[in-house]
Amino acid sequence: MTDNQTSRAAELTKQFQDRLDYDELLNCMRCGFCLPACPTYRETKGNEAASPRGRIAMMKAVVDGVYEPDEDFENQLSLCLGCRACEPACPSGVKYGHLLEEATDILQASKQPSALVRATRWFIFTHLFPKRRQMRRAAGLLWLYQKSGLQTLSRATRLTRLAGKQLSALERVLPKLPSPKWLNNRPTHLVPQGGATVKKKVAFFSGCMMDTIFVATNDATLFLLQRVGCEVFIPAGQSCCGALHAHSGEKVKAKELAKQNIAAFEKREIDWIVSNAGGCGAILTEYDDLLKEEPGWHERAQEFVKKVRDISEILLETGLPEMELPPQTVTYQDSCHLRNVMKTVAAPRKLIQAIKGVTFVEMNEADRCCGSAGTYNIVEQAMSMQILDEKMKNVKETKAATIVTANPGCLLQMKLGIEREGLTDSLCGTHIADLLAEAVKYRDEHSSSQVD
Amino acid sequence: MLTKQVRDGLATIVGEENVLDAPMDLVVYSYDATPDYQTLPDAVVKPRSTKDVANIIKLCNEFHIPLVPRGSGTNLCAGTTPLHSGIVMIFNHMNRILEIDEDNLTAVVQPGVITLDLIHAVEEKELFYPPDPSSMKISTIGGNINECSGGLRGLKYGVTKDYVTGLEFVLPNGEIVRTGGKLAKDVAGYDLTSLLVGSEGTLAVVTEATLKLLPKPEAKQTMLAMYSSLEAAGETVSSIIANKIIPATLEFLDQATIQAVEAFAGIGLPTEAGAVLLMEQDGPVEVVQRDMKKMKELCEAGGAFSVNVAASAAEGEALMQARRAALSALARLKPTTILEDATVPRSKIAEMVRAIVNIAEKNNVQICTFGHAGDGNLHPTCMTDVRNKEEMERVEKAFEEIFAKAIQLGGTITGEHGVGVMKSPYLAWKIGEEGVKAMAAVKQAFDPNNIMNPGKIFAKETRKRVMIQQ
Ligand SMILES: Cc1cc2nc3c(=O)[nH]c(=O)nc-3n(C[C@H](O)[C@H](O)[C@H](O)COP(=O)(O)OP(=O)(O)OC[C@H]3O[C@@H](n4cnc5c(N)ncnc54)[C@H](O)[C@@H]3O)c2cc1C
Ligand code: SF4
Ligand code: SF4
Repeated sequence: MTDNQTSRAAELTKQFQDRLDYDELLNCMRCGFCLPACPTYRETKGNEAASPRGRIAMMKAVVDGVYEPDEDFENQLSLCLGCRACEPACPSGVKYGHLLEEATDILQASKQPSALVRATRWFIFTHLFPKRRQMRRAAGLLWLYQKSGLQTLSRATRLTRLAGKQLSALERVLPKLPSPKWLNNRPTHLVPQGGATVKKKVAFFSGCMMDTIFVATNDATLFLLQRVGCEVFIPAGQSCCGALHAHSGEKVKAKELAKQNIAAFEKREIDWIVSNAGGCGAILTEYDDLLKEEPGWHERAQEFVKKVRDISEILLETGLPEMELPPQTVTYQDSCHLRNVMKTVAAPRKLIQAIKGVTFVEMNEADRCCGSAGTYNIVEQAMSMQILDEKMKNVKETKAATIVTANPGCLLQMKLGIEREGLTDSLCGTHIADLLAEAVKYRDEHSSSQVD
Repeated sequence: MLTKQVRDGLATIVGEENVLDAPMDLVVYSYDATPDYQTLPDAVVKPRSTKDVANIIKLCNEFHIPLVPRGSGTNLCAGTTPLHSGIVMIFNHMNRILEIDEDNLTAVVQPGVITLDLIHAVEEKELFYPPDPSSMKISTIGGNINECSGGLRGLKYGVTKDYVTGLEFVLPNGEIVRTGGKLAKDVAGYDLTSLLVGSEGTLAVVTEATLKLLPKPEAKQTMLAMYSSLEAAGETVSSIIANKIIPATLEFLDQATIQAVEAFAGIGLPTEAGAVLLMEQDGPVEVVQRDMKKMKELCEAGGAFSVNVAASAAEGEALMQARRAALSALARLKPTTILEDATVPRSKIAEMVRAIVNIAEKNNVQICTFGHAGDGNLHPTCMTDVRNKEEMERVEKAFEEIFAKAIQLGGTITGEHGVGVMKSPYLAWKIGEEGVKAMAAVKQAFDPNNIMNPGKIFAKETRKRVMIQQ
C-alpha cells in the first residue's frame, strides 16, 4: 500500500468511527434473516460479503478498527443496490439504508476522482438535478434531438454507441418528449374536475425526471387527482428530492434540497403531499431522519413527512371513477423504495385490479429489485443486467401485455428489459398513473358512445 | 497466516477462485449469530466435491491447521466462529438436492442445501420433512445436522436426528465414510450416523446426507390462546400433554416478546396479553378438528381470556412466521440479545418459567421468554448491552442460575442450539466430568490433531463462563 492509501484508510476509519451509528450496527444480531431477500447475495450465489449482514459486519469491523476500508469494501458497497429489501425482512428493524447512506457519503467525500468525473458529478448533482430550469433545458435539448430526426440519424450511424452500449440502450427507451414550451406553461393551481366540491387539498411533488422526461405521467397524475376531487397546488420553489444525492454520497446537497422542499411545501395548509415516484417519495418520508441533527428543521421535517403519500394510496382512499381498458393481461413490478420504505404494496395492485377488462397476474418475485436502482444500471452494469434478465424471465411467465411500475427509474429499466428481450411488439411498460388515466378516459369514451 | 505452501496447496485443490483470503473475506466469515464473538480466519475455501473436501482436510491435518465447516452461520453458540483462525469451509458449491426418492420416502442432499428449499421441494411431491428451525429460510442442512436442530414441529415429529438415516462424511485423515442409507433399520456396528448428528463440526465434515421423509399431512390448523399471566400459559402446556394430545406445535411467548414481534410483523398480535400459546395440529381432518376443539377447551379451562382459531392457512402461516421472528425481533429492544436454550421435562414448564422470572428479578436483568414450550425447550433471552460490563456480569450470573435450575428439574443446558463455545464451561454440569472425558476420547479417536473446529464443546475449565471476550 502506498503512503497515500494508508493515510486515506486511516482518515476513513476515523470518519466511520465518528459518524456511523454504533447502536444501529449493534442492532444487527447477525441472524441472517435478511440474506434470502438480498438480490446481490443471491446473484453472487451466496457470497456473504455481498449480503446485508456481511456489509453491516464490514462497516462495524471498520469502526471497531479490525478492518481497514479497502477497495473490496468500496466495491461491495457500490454493488449494493440500495433497494432496501433487507429492511422489511429484518425482524430486528436494522435501518440498513441509513447505514449505507452514511458510509457512501464518507467514502465519496474522501475520493479524489478524476477531473472528468468530478466535473460530471458537479454538473449532475449541483446543476442538473436541483435546478428545474436546467433539467428542462436538458430535456429541451433531448426533445430537439428527438424531433429533428437526429435521433434516427445517430441511431442509424450508431453514434450513440460511442457513449457506451448501456447509455445507447437507455437512450433508445426514453419516451417521446413534449415541447419545452408546453412544459413551462403548466398552471400551478388546479381545482377538482367539473368544479366538484373539494374532497382533499393536496400539494404535488413534481420531481425532476418526472417533470421532464416523464412529464406526460405527471399530467396523468394531475388529471387523476382532479378527477377524484382534489384541489391541487404545485408549489413554486420546490426542488429535486435529493434521493440521488443522498444515495451517491452527496449528503450535504441532499440536506439543502430537503430544506428547500420543506420550505416550499409548508406555505399552504394541505392534507397530503403527493408523490408519483417511489424513489422520490421514499426520501421525502425520510427527511426527518436526514435532518435529525439540524435543530428547528427536524420538527419541520417531521410535519412534512407525515403528509407524504404515494399517488396510488391517495387514489385508493379517495376512490377512483369506473375504469376500463381493452382486454389484456397486466402485471406489476414493485418500486423497491415504494414498497420497502413507503410500505405501499397493496394499493397499486388493487387499483389495477379495479380496471374492467384487465386480468391482473402477479409475477413471481415482483418485490425484487429490477436492477435499475438510481444510477446503478450505469455504474454496476454487469450486475444490473444479470438482475434484469432474471426479472424478465418472471415477466414473460405472466404472459402480460403491459408491465406497470411506479417509479421512473424502474420504468426505464423495464423498457430496457423489453428491448433487450426483443419484445417491443408484444409487451409495453407504463407508469401506473398513465395506465389509470388511460383507463378512466377509455371508460368515459366508451360509456358516452354507448349512450349515443 | 497460512504458509505459501498451504495457500498454494488449497488453490491447487479447488482453484484460485475458490480460495478467499482478502481482508474483506476474512471479516465476513469471522462471525455467526452469537453476540460478541468474532475471530478472523486465515482463509475461506469453497470445495466443489467430496474429493475436494478430502484433499483440503488432508492438507489441514498434515499442517495442523484448524478447519471450521460453516453453513449459513446462524448458530447461536459461536459454533462457526474460527476461534483459532485457520480455514473456514463453506458449501456454496455443494448445495444440490441429489434425489427425492418417492418409493423409499427419502431425500439425498448435499450439506449446503437451504432447509426451506428442501421442505418446499419435498412438499411439491406431497412429502414432508418436519425439522423446521425458525432459521430454516437461511439455515443449511449441514448446519442443522451438526447442531441437531429442532423446530416448531419438534413436539410431535422430533428433531433433525430423527430424520437422518445415512451420511457421507470425511474424516480428518481424509478418509471418506458412508454410514446408514435408505434404511428403516440398520444395526451394523456403532451408530456413527447418530454420533455425527449434533457433533458441531468437531469430528468430520459432512458431505452428503440421506434424510427420511413422511407423507405430507392432509390438513392443519393453527390457534392462538391469550393469557393474562405467564404461569397460567405454562400450566396449560402441561395439561395439554397430560391429556394425551400431541399437537404438532405448542409454542409460548411472553408479553415483551409478543410486543417486539408485533412491532415487526404488524399482524395484530394481542400486545395486551401477558403470554400467548401458539398451537398447530396436523393430520387427518377429523383428528385435527377433534384435537383443536379439545385444546381450545383446555386453554379456556386453564384461564385463557381468548382463544382464536386462524381463519385460513395464510393466517396460520403468518402466525408461525411471526413466531419464527421472535429472537431477532427481540434484538430491536436492546443492543445485545443473549439467548439461552435451557430445556426441562414438559411437566416442569410452569415451574421453570416461574424460576426464570424470579432469577431475572433477583439479578436485576431483563429477560424475555419464549420457546418450544411443548417440548420443554425454553428460550430465556436477555436484553442487554455488551458495553455495560457490570450488567454483563449480572447477566452471566442469571444464566448460571437458570442452567442450575434446569438441571435440578431434570433438564439440560441446551436443547437444540448446541454447546459450541457458549455453553462449553457448563457441559460437565449436565454430563459430569466422566461424561466429558468419554466425549473427549471420542474426539481424540476421530481427530487426533484437533483440527476440526477446535475450541468448541470442550472448555479449558468447567464453570468459569467467559461471555465477554474481545
Ligand atoms: C433467529 C434464529 C432462530 C433460530 N431458531 C432455531 C430453532 O428454532 N431451532 C434450532 O434448533 N436452532 C435455531 N437457530 C440456530 C441455528 O439456526 C441452527 O443451529 C441451524 O441449524 C444452523 O444452521 P447453519 O446452516 O446456519 O449452520 P452454521 O451456523 O453455519 O453451523 C452450525 C454448526 O454446524 C457445523 N457445520 C455446518 N456445516 C457442516 C458440515 N457440512 N460438516 C460438518 N459440520 C458442519 C458448523 O461447524 C457449526 O458447528 C436459530 C438461529 C437464529 C439466528
Ligand atoms: S440486518 Fe437484521 S435480518 Fe439481517 S442479519 Fe442483521 S439483524 Fe438479522
Ligand atoms: S439494499 Fe438491497 S442489495 Fe443492498 S444489502 Fe439490502 S437487500 Fe441487498
